Amino acid sequence: MMNKTSERPNMHLHLKIWRQLNAAAPGKFVSYEKENVSPDMSFLEMLDELNEHLIKTGGDPVAFDSDCREGICGMCGLVINGQAHGPRRATTTCQLHMRSFNDGDTITIEPWRAKAFPVVRDLVVDRSAFDRIIQAGGYVSVNAGNAQDANALPISKYNSDLAMDAASCIGCGACVAACPNASASLFTSAKVSQLALLPQGLVERKERAINMVSQMDLEGFGDCSNYGECEAACPKEISISNIARMKREYVRAALTSA
Amino acid sequence: MLPFLTAVKSSVGKKFLMAITGLFWVFFLIVHLAGNLALLSGNGDFYNKYSHFLMSLGELLYVMEFLLLAFILTHIFSGVSVALGKMRARPQNYDVQKDLGGKSRKTVSASTMIYSGLLLLIFLVVHISHFKYQVGVDREYFTIINGTRMHDLYQLVYDAFGNLWYMLGYEVIMILVFSHLRHGFWSAFQSLGINHPRWSPVINTLGVVLASVIGFGFLILPLYIHFIGGR
Ligand code: HEM
Ligand code: FES
Repeated sequence: MMNKTSERPNMHLHLKIWRQLNAAAPGKFVSYEKENVSPDMSFLEMLDELNEHLIKTGGDPVAFDSDCREGICGMCGLVINGQAHGPRRATTTCQLHMRSFNDGDTITIEPWRAKAFPVVRDLVVDRSAFDRIIQAGGYVSVNAGNAQDANALPISKYNSDLAMDAASCIGCGACVAACPNASASLFTSAKVSQLALLPQGLVERKERAINMVSQMDLEGFGDCSNYGECEAACPKEISISNIARMKREYVRAALTSA
Repeated sequence: MLPFLTAVKSSVGKKFLMAITGLFWVFFLIVHLAGNLALLSGNGDFYNKYSHFLMSLGELLYVMEFLLLAFILTHIFSGVSVALGKMRARPQNYDVQKDLGGKSRKTVSASTMIYSGLLLLIFLVVHISHFKYQVGVDREYFTIINGTRMHDLYQLVYDAFGNLWYMLGYEVIMILVFSHLRHGFWSAFQSLGINHPRWSPVINTLGVVLASVIGFGFLILPLYIHFIGGR
């Protein structure tokens, strides 16, 4: 089949974008008019065009993060009209297309807002708090030497599916951005779960739960009020049942660890 | 074992305590409601005998009262801590905010837990000082039950709800009880780590049913007393 392009005419959009020089600077919204936006463009292509125009006219391009632009790396992430990753469910910002908007729309674009995610510049935030949570326990110990025989460790289909679901987290931070409390529970619980569900993860099971939760608290994320906005915002649709698993892991570890 | 204080101060431990204490209070409210159905009998002695029975529990009653007090204080402490933590974790709010819908559980009940909770706290203080310690009651209510002279709680309650404004104020609080438990019940299970493909829908439904039974059960009593009973 031929590539079907949209029959919709190009749009004129009013953009309201958060501009901030660095973490210490106050930051403010700046309005831009964007003409000639094709409904087939991705959201980030639309911002690329805006930036090209700004550069050509001597302006300061808008800083935003992206890498793979195919929804797998977790680098992109903008709060678009009050929703993390914008109006489409189960979709990263890079996979969002302008056909989700209408001619004449005003689009407000903000960075993830959380104390633990300080703004680096404009729409770019520093998510290294996530790295430190992973470092606190998101690893397994493996004996060096010969590779084990394939299928030597039986794993039930049920558990391997749950582990794979948890492992689909791309660490974008939309859960924190969408949570009214700015809690990192969904991210941390996905990382705890993907290992706790598999035999390879059982060695560090207790330290992992305690250390990752402690690191999460230390980073200044909020508490979990079970709003479930995180699951609704997650581009990978990670379930809050992982958060319940993290709680079980933590309580069990707290009661039984040495 | 992790040191107790470290565990309960963590984000997981805090909500664990909040869930246990909240569920204990839910259990108490069910018992409290069941007992107060005796008010519907329209027979003062019947209700006062129930009250006399509770008094005769002696030490057991004190243990229960102590647990209720200790648990509600723990619950309030952790609830306020969650609410304050929220402001600390997001010092700069979004300019535009839109709920996500879909699988989100962010109902009006969920977003107003701290407000319904704080109003419940004010209510609890007023309610207990009025009916238990009779603060601000200028008349003496006495009756004789099983040979003992005791407070005529039945008459006190009937006189209180005879006042339209008192009755209406009480009803508003009962709607808040419904709201608090509408989110609170299933949320407590999630906080305890209980989330299961088969049982979670059951727990969620049970939460709505219990919130309605408790909220509207306590709502019917004053209406009955004001408009039908004791006339
Ligand atoms: C009649 C007494 C009460 C009952 C039966 C009750 C019950 C509950 C339950 C079952 C929960 C869910 C716990 C969880 O999410 O793990 C909850 C949450 C909550 N309660 Fe209460 N509660 C009562 C009184 C209060 C009071 C007096 C306050 C005062 C501040 C309060 C504040 C809160 C808050 C803020 C939450 C939500 C916490 C969060 O956002 O995670 N509650 N309550
Ligand atoms: S840029 Fe990689 S997920 Fe969007």
